[in-house]
Amino acid sequence: MTARTYGTRLPGLPPEPLGGKLIVVEGADGSGRTTEVARLKEWLEIQGHAVVDTGLRRSTLVSEEIDRAKQGHTLGATTMALLYAADFGDQLENKIVPALCAGSTVLADRYIYTLMARAIVRGASRDWARRLYGFAFVPDLVVFLDARPEILLHRAIGKYGSLDYWESGMDLSLSRDLFESFFLYQARLADEFGWMATEYGFHHVDANRRPDEVDADVRALVEPLYRPAAGGRGARARTGAGSATPDGRAASG
Amino acid sequence: MNADLASPHHGYPGRLFVFEGLDGSGKSTQAALLAKWLAAQGYRVFQTEWNSSELVSNTIRRGKKKGLLTPTTFSLLHATDFADRFDRKILPPLRAGYLVVCDRYSFTAFVRDAARGCDPEWVRTIYSFAPRPDVAFYFRVPVRVTLQRKIASRLKINYYEAGMDLGLSDRVHDSYERFQSRLKREYDRLAVSDRMTVIDSTRPVERIQAELRDHVRPILAGFPTMETLMHDG
Repeated sequence: MTARTYGTRLPGLPPEPLGGKLIVVEGADGSGRTTEVARLKEWLEIQGHAVVDTGLRRSTLVSEEIDRAKQGHTLGATTMALLYAADFGDQLENKIVPALCAGSTVLADRYIYTLMARAIVRGASRDWARRLYGFAFVPDLVVFLDARPEILLHRAIGKYGSLDYWESGMDLSLSRDLFESFFLYQARLADEFGWMATEYGFHHVDANRRPDEVDADVRALVEPLYRPAAGGRGARARTGAGSATPDGRAASG
Repeated sequence: MNADLASPHHGYPGRLFVFEGLDGSGKSTQAALLAKWLAAQGYRVFQTEWNSSELVSNTIRRGKKKGLLTPTTFSLLHATDFADRFDRKILPPLRAGYLVVCDRYSFTAFVRDAARGCDPEWVRTIYSFAPRPDVAFYFRVPVRVTLQRKIASRLKINYYEAGMDLGLSDRVHDSYERFQSRLKREYDRLAVSDRMTVIDSTRPVERIQAELRDHVRPILAGFPTMETLMHDG
């Protein structure tokens, strides 16, 4: 991929284009995202591609702080947004960049879009959130798994036996009722993803279906990224995640 | 809350005085003296400083051990810390009508992050939640003087203060001088772009303090003391 960020120069980035590919799978909890990431990883590896998978909040740098903050519920919205951004930055620079440099495919189970949506729903301005994550790379492909709230609800309950406090947005005090809060929160997130879809070039996949049907659609989107076609990698990358921001420019200058 | 008490700079009824400058520039000494003077006149004063909190220092220690910190994560961790301090220590007294004396503010981040190579505009956006202070003093002093003060007070120079992570030099003192010079260049630039009040900090403490009080008096014209608040309120 060409090392292009969403507008902000990332200090210390290698100047040459990165060899690997960055594929992002986004979608709400219960959209089948994690299942799809596992399937896609398996498929890509069988094709002979080295795959590194990454998700949110898996970095060693601040995960403890995030856990502690969640237990205490004490940090403000801006503070939490910045803490998540630090965590993402750590993963980007210490995991994603090295993997891309090594020519691997990085498969991201959620990316800045979820982080931005969560921050915005909690009171951050859209503009602030977009600029905050301006240092993130523009992926080669963003797949968005679209599922109806009722489907999300059934899968969430099926998976955990109940609804999760955070995934129901209980910290937002939308409703004291967990069930109702879940719907209100997911609707707000969906709204934010809707705003981002065109801007960031999401490829929607209907996730109300069976996993193998979803997987087939995702493969159809991923497959062309590896085609050694005329026009090559660069051309593909541009049709991938699209020209996201008007001021998006090459990070390596 | 009396509407005409709103600050023309940030709109809150309190006033925000910011002290900025290199380590060893004398800003903390001056901030403490000014706060004391303000309190002695009967104003409600709240003093706060921005040093590494537990959150940041723990994380930085961990990051350093693993060699994980980059200019971007370093910047974001400090921003996280500042946001938390702003929510807890700066905004509440400002809204309650206090005179808030801040030893370091967002300018510290602008300077430090720029010296580490972060995009200055990005850093400014991140800190856009922090309003403009009523006055921002910049204690200007040659780097050489701050180093002498450091050595004289036998304070240990820490790794990040010396910018050792940037690989400017293997020797701590040398690296410190180079890094602090970068910071000073950034401060000098900000002093102009952000119209900071530049204080020549090579002079005796008393002279500087007298000058600060001269700057602050007009800002406080008509500002209520504790007593006027209680009797006229």
